[in-house]
Amino acid sequence: MAIRTQTIGERVRRREDPRLVTGRALYTGDIRLPGCLHLALARSPYPHARLLSIETDEAAAAPGVVGVFTAKDVLPTLKRPFPVGSSPDSGGFRELHLPPHFPLAEDKARMVGDPVAAVVARTAAEAADAAELVFVDYEDLPGAGDSRAARSEGAEPLYPEVAGNRAFVWDLHPDGAPPAQPGEVEVSLDFRIQRLIPSAMEPRAVAARVDGDRVTMWTSTQSAHRTRSSVAAILGIDRERLRAIAPEVGGGFGAKANLYPEEILVPWLALRLGRPVRWSATRTEDFQTTSHGRNLFVTFGVAADRDGRVRHCDLDLLYDSGASYSRPGPTTPSLTGAMIPGPYDIRSVHAHAEGAFTNTAPNEPYRGSGRPEATYLIERMLDVLAGRLGLDPAEIRRRNFIPKDRFPCETATGLRYDSGDYEAALDLALEAGDYAGLRAEQARRRVEGGRPLGIGLASYVEICGFGPWEAGGVTVEEDGSVTVRSGTSPHGQGHETAWTQIASDQLGVDPERITVLTGDTDECPRGIGTFGSRSAPVGGSAIFRNAETVREQARRLAARLLEAAPEDIRFEAGRFFVAGSPARGVGWEAVAAFAYSGDAPEGAASLLTSDVDFRPPGSTFPFGAHLAAVEIDPETGAVGIVRYISVDDCGRVINPLLAEGQVHGGLAQGISQALFENAVYDEGGNLLTASLLEYAVPRAGMLPRYELRRTVTPTPINPLGVKGIGEAATIGSTPAVANAVMDALRPFGVEHLDTPLTPERVWRAMQTGGPGSGEPDA
Amino acid sequence: MNHSVQITVNGESSQHDVEPRMLLCHLLRDSMGLTGTNIGCDTSQCGSCTVMLDGKAVKSCTVLAVQADGCEVTTIEGLAGGDGLHPMQQAFWDNHGLQCGFCTPGMIITAVEILNRKPDASEGEIRHGLEGNICRCTGYENIVKSVVAAGSRASD
Repeated sequence: MAIRTQTIGERVRRREDPRLVTGRALYTGDIRLPGCLHLALARSPYPHARLLSIETDEAAAAPGVVGVFTAKDVLPTLKRPFPVGSSPDSGGFRELHLPPHFPLAEDKARMVGDPVAAVVARTAAEAADAAELVFVDYEDLPGAGDSRAARSEGAEPLYPEVAGNRAFVWDLHPDGAPPAQPGEVEVSLDFRIQRLIPSAMEPRAVAARVDGDRVTMWTSTQSAHRTRSSVAAILGIDRERLRAIAPEVGGGFGAKANLYPEEILVPWLALRLGRPVRWSATRTEDFQTTSHGRNLFVTFGVAADRDGRVRHCDLDLLYDSGASYSRPGPTTPSLTGAMIPGPYDIRSVHAHAEGAFTNTAPNEPYRGSGRPEATYLIERMLDVLAGRLGLDPAEIRRRNFIPKDRFPCETATGLRYDSGDYEAALDLALEAGDYAGLRAEQARRRVEGGRPLGIGLASYVEICGFGPWEAGGVTVEEDGSVTVRSGTSPHGQGHETAWTQIASDQLGVDPERITVLTGDTDECPRGIGTFGSRSAPVGGSAIFRNAETVREQARRLAARLLEAAPEDIRFEAGRFFVAGSPARGVGWEAVAAFAYSGDAPEGAASLLTSDVDFRPPGSTFPFGAHLAAVEIDPETGAVGIVRYISVDDCGRVINPLLAEGQVHGGLAQGISQALFENAVYDEGGNLLTASLLEYAVPRAGMLPRYELRRTVTPTPINPLGVKGIGEAATIGSTPAVANAVMDALRPFGVEHLDTPLTPERVWRAMQTGGPGSGEPDA
Repeated sequence: MNHSVQITVNGESSQHDVEPRMLLCHLLRDSMGLTGTNIGCDTSQCGSCTVMLDGKAVKSCTVLAVQADGCEVTTIEGLAGGDGLHPMQQAFWDNHGLQCGFCTPGMIITAVEILNRKPDASEGEIRHGLEGNICRCTGYENIVKSVVAAGSRASD
């Protein structure tokens, strides 16, 4: 009987879906907890204010209220403040300030939404009502809604120890940069990359229950294990006493990789009250307090030869650190600096970044984290340069690409690109999009009239697969079924499906007999989590290797059963057999039954488990080329995407269906950054886009169909040959669309507009020639 | 003062004593344990909580529980009307029309409504019809594909 297995590379429907399409899946807010109390938080309505006094009596007396707690109740019991966790690889930082802060504001609120009092009641409605009754005497302080305001002369400091609100200084060459290579032409532009709200559809939520002397917490996170370590450290309890579970998680996009005050308060309250407690954010709470992303002021310049070869680039950026960090320090600005050369052979790079604390939500990694910024800057700049030099955008890219025979390639920023063929990806995009045909149509319209047509290209390379390690233990159980225990923490990616494919392929086991466990610190012994497109290259590789080890170790047991030498044992389609006698074989059931029986030699059963973490020797660098064709409505300035070609190379693909899904979602977010989304604070730090009414998460009718193509350039740095795909399309799509819109606007004398390219911004530029110094086409 | 509400959900009738301000989505989730109906916002933008109310797709956060008195509600849990999957659920599964799954129950209910109104809806009509439901994961590509696949055009 042939066993039905799944293979790596197969287009398999997701095993997660039956529970999700029927509503049986349980997100944190759905976990049944009889007798559960509800938490609501009284939050600061001020961006920056001193807390003079807090009166909780009225709230405490309100119907259904069980308790009201403020900083003076909670803080003395905590072992340590935020930020907590392992420090990011932060070479190049100096004057890095990591001001301590607590889950409830003590003397000062530093952003709208800072929690001031925790109100617990029998129902969510009663808790919310009572939170309104907490009376806080605030002394309003001047606030800063963006990094320039925070750094300006006389700005009110958020932290007394951080002069001028300067959060950090980072240099690519902290000990002094080598001299810049000269070029024949120089171009420098100022950019404002807007602030974005990740907007996972499931707002953050936490629940906790005391189980004997242990606490179980459910939280909507991208990292159950890191959350457990951090929460235990802050609460001052033994890690083993805390079980953290990431149940079904409704999206994250980086924002749920951080640690939040409610993740401390809910287990604290459950311990204090001895009853289950839960909290679910409203959308506005989520927008105000869950981390945002991007958000830079940048001056970026290049020096190039007249043939378009870039000799040097110089990046100077001001990063908005928000009001605080949950982990030790910013990770995105140094990634922007390191990735600024993109797929190009630019041998001279200067990069400098400074940070500012502002009275705004934390600004931390959001899908792409630093790479979208770098890619947008270099891709926009190449188009501006091409325009000034009279070169075709495709041609200027070709002239600058790192050639495919140069890998592994050390960049001027100290990275080692593992593998790549950038020109092949661009060629495929040009061919799939009929670039020549689009240019001909553009030329025709420019003569004969018609809606302005723009064609935009973006080549990208990104860094992902961060270590230092990930767990992915594999066990063949007594009945021959397989359990995979992964340290990844999925929130929509389809890990159960992909990890099953890897195990099924390696072990020849029916996927129905494979169980994948993730996101539970009791079920999975170790883990780091899911962010930075690391799950497949790092977590997937761990499973691949461990399954391989179990298979090889099991050979010895099969040899015993078959009374043959281990080296004569062959393995195929889930069966071990003696070479030359395929009929004389045993399957996993027989091997496992033997291994766990009394007849087996000592340690036999342990041969059926392998749990070695995978430590990648370096990062991996997915790449691709995107082509966008847009039309502009001259009456309104609205941009319509006519065609979108996405060529993405993530090395070997585990499941094309899942990889395509990641690309689709990435494209939507990147396109939306180019055209729609903008998180706006007023000068003082009030979030003006605090709900889905104001913040433009795109709808189905606002986005185009996507045409996907793929090249496959495996990486040598992991056994699967896979790179990451979660962030890639986000990274390529913003510059492709921005370049397309600018291409359409060239006849109007517009060289550059900052994103989002809203109808108003585009229309105004068409009337005035807009900001930028480009000359209209002859 | 609380009110008594008689409601038939997924074919089963029950009676509830509710606060006047209670929303239908909270009645379904908190009083009836039907947590397939998700709540993703507080301004009726996201559509995650969409259910069928007397045969029409509505955002259950826009309906007070008392307004549903005497009504018939179908939630994602009852859509298939028994074991197995409704054709739209099947289409979402087959076409990878979901990732994190949070918007999916509302998305599927809305998609059913779109095809109820027009079984041969075009891609453009489907995109327009999904205007009230936000998905952050899929970029809508495979959601639209799923609805097209479930419609009568797919068999043309």
